[in-house]
Amino acid sequence: MKKWLPWILTVVMAGWALSTLRPSKQTGFKTDEFAKLPVLMNGRFQPFDSVARNSLLQIRARQTVPVEENGRSRKLPARDWLVEVLMKPEQADDRKIFRIDNVELISLLKLTEEQKYYTFTEIRPQYDEIGRQAERIQKIEAANRTPFERELMKLYSATALYQRLKLSLKPPNTDDFAAEVSAYETSIAPGVAAVRAREAGKEFDKAAFDRLLRFMSGYDSVARFALPLTIPSPHPEEGREKWLNMGQGLLDGLHHQHGLPPAATYYATMVSAYRQNDPASFNRAVEEYRGWLAKDFAPELRKANHEFFFNHAQVFLDAMVLYVFALILALGSLLTFGMFANLSEALRRSAYWIIVVGCIIHTIGLVYRMVLEGRPPVTNLYSSAIFIGWAAVILGLFLERIYRIGIGSVVAACVGFITLIIAHNLAVGGDTMEMMRAVLDTNFWLATHVVTITLGYSAMFVAGLLAILFIVLGVFTPMLSKKLTAGDPAKAAPAEAGKSEVGVVLTKMVYGIICFATLFSFVGTVLGGIWADQSWGRFWGWDPKENGALMIVIWCAVILHARWGKIIKERGLMVLAIIGNMVTAFSWFGVNMLGIGLHSYGFMDAAFKWLMIFNATQVCFIILGFLPLRVWKSYPGIAPASPSPSGPAGGKAAPAPAGA
Amino acid sequence: MLDRLIKIFTSLRLTIVLLSLGMILVFWGTLAQVTLGLYKAQNDFFRSFFVFWSPEGSDWQIPIFPGGYLIGGLLLINLLAAHTRYYRPSKKKIGIVFIHFGVVLLLVGQLLTDFLSVESTLHLREGETKNYSEASRSFELAVVDVTDRDLEKQVAISHRRLSKQDEIKHPELPFTLKATTFFANSELKQREEPGFQPVKGVKGIGEGVWMRELPHETMMDRRDVPTAVVEISGPEGSPQSYLASAHIARPQSFQYGDRTYEISMRPVRYYKPFSMHLLEFTHDRYPGTQIPKNFSSRVILNRPETGEKREVLIYMNNPLRYWGETYYQSSFDTDDQGSYLQVVRNPSWLTPYFSCVLVSIGLTIQFLMHLVPFLKRRLAT
Repeated sequence: MKKWLPWILTVVMAGWALSTLRPSKQTGFKTDEFAKLPVLMNGRFQPFDSVARNSLLQIRARQTVPVEENGRSRKLPARDWLVEVLMKPEQADDRKIFRIDNVELISLLKLTEEQKYYTFTEIRPQYDEIGRQAERIQKIEAANRTPFERELMKLYSATALYQRLKLSLKPPNTDDFAAEVSAYETSIAPGVAAVRAREAGKEFDKAAFDRLLRFMSGYDSVARFALPLTIPSPHPEEGREKWLNMGQGLLDGLHHQHGLPPAATYYATMVSAYRQNDPASFNRAVEEYRGWLAKDFAPELRKANHEFFFNHAQVFLDAMVLYVFALILALGSLLTFGMFANLSEALRRSAYWIIVVGCIIHTIGLVYRMVLEGRPPVTNLYSSAIFIGWAAVILGLFLERIYRIGIGSVVAACVGFITLIIAHNLAVGGDTMEMMRAVLDTNFWLATHVVTITLGYSAMFVAGLLAILFIVLGVFTPMLSKKLTAGDPAKAAPAEAGKSEVGVVLTKMVYGIICFATLFSFVGTVLGGIWADQSWGRFWGWDPKENGALMIVIWCAVILHARWGKIIKERGLMVLAIIGNMVTAFSWFGVNMLGIGLHSYGFMDAAFKWLMIFNATQVCFIILGFLPLRVWKSYPGIAPASPSPSGPAGGKAAPAPAGA
Repeated sequence: MLDRLIKIFTSLRLTIVLLSLGMILVFWGTLAQVTLGLYKAQNDFFRSFFVFWSPEGSDWQIPIFPGGYLIGGLLLINLLAAHTRYYRPSKKKIGIVFIHFGVVLLLVGQLLTDFLSVESTLHLREGETKNYSEASRSFELAVVDVTDRDLEKQVAISHRRLSKQDEIKHPELPFTLKATTFFANSELKQREEPGFQPVKGVKGIGEGVWMRELPHETMMDRRDVPTAVVEISGPEGSPQSYLASAHIARPQSFQYGDRTYEISMRPVRYYKPFSMHLLEFTHDRYPGTQIPKNFSSRVILNRPETGEKREVLIYMNNPLRYWGETYYQSSFDTDDQGSYLQVVRNPSWLTPYFSCVLVSIGLTIQFLMHLVPFLKRRLAT
């Protein structure tokens, strides 16, 4: 059984991960198919599905909307919600999607305090008031706003986005949009003739003139506010990116002999079918439109399909689940280390292989994103979290492959899990594949500077976590003083490694990883300087992000020199490595919160709280590390050490009897 | 005594102390940018020997922490001293030597950059031609003899000199100048407002203007705008005063004797033996958004002395390097019809490139020297 456990667990987990990829069968309105249609938004081609998810994330911080239907509650997926917003906005207005926590804001909007989420119908009476307040607050710098003002601005941009989405496919107050569009189409020729006649001062058909104008004024507001560009470029040979929004597409029909853009008609048919609750027509219109797109817009259609698949697969979520599971197994392996050798080894191997599966999924996700975006792996804070986790997992697996004591797995699973959680929360900001601003629009520097510096972060976190493990295992378990082979006497461990204690091996790991971190942080920092020299004319400008990177380099240098000068020993090294965690976290996240400099992403309240919590935990570990060695369970035989002159240098991993 | 000094300066402990202090300084200096602004924080923390602290309401300057120059300088001494004393040629140390030599080059290079580099801005509207760039933070009082338009004679007086508010004589000028009022940073109004004082006794555009002094500006995206009331006096005629302010772009002309002069407060100019003519500025955005995709300026570079005349495209991440200067696309006018080029003259711009190569080689050697045998041992079993 114990021999087979790792295999069974790995296969089950891999099977589960694969099963999440299977597309679900839809009956009725095939909103899945609709959600795969390409549109142009935020400067890039994406499926409606991404528009739906990112918009809902920005408004509701979730990718679903809970609804009550016939007494049962279910979750409305983002794409269904978007279809409703675009086609039946009056129904969407009653969905509870706007989250308001601030009491002052609730009272300003004259709402009741009992709920977390409010519908647009509830907010509508005070909608103008929100606009008035926002106009005032916009003039205040983001960092200086009060919680009320920040919350109001959030609601303001959420409602603005929502309102624009509502106008993205159809004008307000239109029921049978398909009939209206075809009426509009027939009114164009007589209407245009009437307009020309009037301009020429001749007699004109007043009825045809008014009719056309009525249509046009409705479409004008759609042209001004519609958000995603839904109508493919009328002349793809002149520019594939010159897409129009619905309103512009309808008005564009005025200038052309060949009538309205086909896409406008297809969308109008979908709107009517959806409003008349006619799934068959809806599905047919979607299918026909896809067929039409396949002729001239095959690449965009393909890209949207791929992105839809990627959104749907949620690979990083799968990887996250696998990492958590593996983390529990690996910790179990550590706890049973040296006591139940066989069980410990079975758990260790299970954890290792499940992390390998997780890492493969993680890698697929990372590469898929790169291909979709056409960019190197790190382009923003979100993707940096994914990449840091990925690199740390690889490093951890590498350590595990060499030492086979479960510690590498704990590190891999832990950093992998935490960074993916961070990425998951960063995604709430909206589109994670946003376009790069002008200065950053260079794949060469993104691939070199950004990737190396991020690898440096990864290594620092791995070293810091190893250090935490050293202290926690040392204080609470006897593990550090055990021989490597203690886990499984039968295991064919490397002869030389078998002789050393876990504590000594951990120290070697931390030292090696810090060397790795120094290499990458330094090279990355200097490459950043060279990039800055190329684009702004100065190698070094003391910009906060640059300073953060410099702090990592300096700190690595401090650790390495202190180690070489024998000023610190094991424990000192560990404490310094944990401080390295804080330095890295500051460099990665903290500087962005200062709200200044060229790398500023705006002030992030929630992230600041978590950064402080992280720092607090690191300080706790450091204090734990300073406990006198005699209370460390790993070194029970050691007499109270004479106080060392250099503080943290007190660590003495003197060989203690392993079987004590 | 000397032995002890040598021992201190070559010790590894000093290295560690200095590096740790350096990290604290960088951290502190970064946080200080929030309140002081990038420019001032840079000068206070990194381009200084000490970080000073002034108790509330006093002029005392108490040094409380070593500044960038002190830490960097001591590190340099420490590094060089340790190497001269302990260095024994050996294959094992070659990586370390590369690294340390690279770091020395980096520190020296940055010090040189600090002292030698000159930054200025070239603002061109479409169709405009200029043969000078302008400093972004320092101003000068320009007095130009325009009696003969083809043979203009310029005299520029730096705003530092002007701020001393004493009599200024120049061989090219038949009169003396004196700033009777000088505000390093100022605001002007057309009518009376609380806190403003009237500009008295001046001719020209300054009549009826109200002014006030503002505190020194520390934010990176803002700058001081000096204003002065300049008195012109000499043997001919009675003294006359003019308001010269960087708020007022257009020069004011006045007569002295039989000659006509123009006076203005303008950013310090750096003249060049060639001119730049902006043909077109382009600002590309991603479709359907306001996110900038690219900025580029198409200019004609014209250098009469060599007959060189050619078209150049300057855009993001692609500067023009010419005449020992580098021209970067840095900003633009809000109507997208004018372009700002950042002009940098930095004789030591190549040092970071060399030091980067040196340190990277050194680090890679060191890392591989440890990793390869380690892996060999591990994987052999």
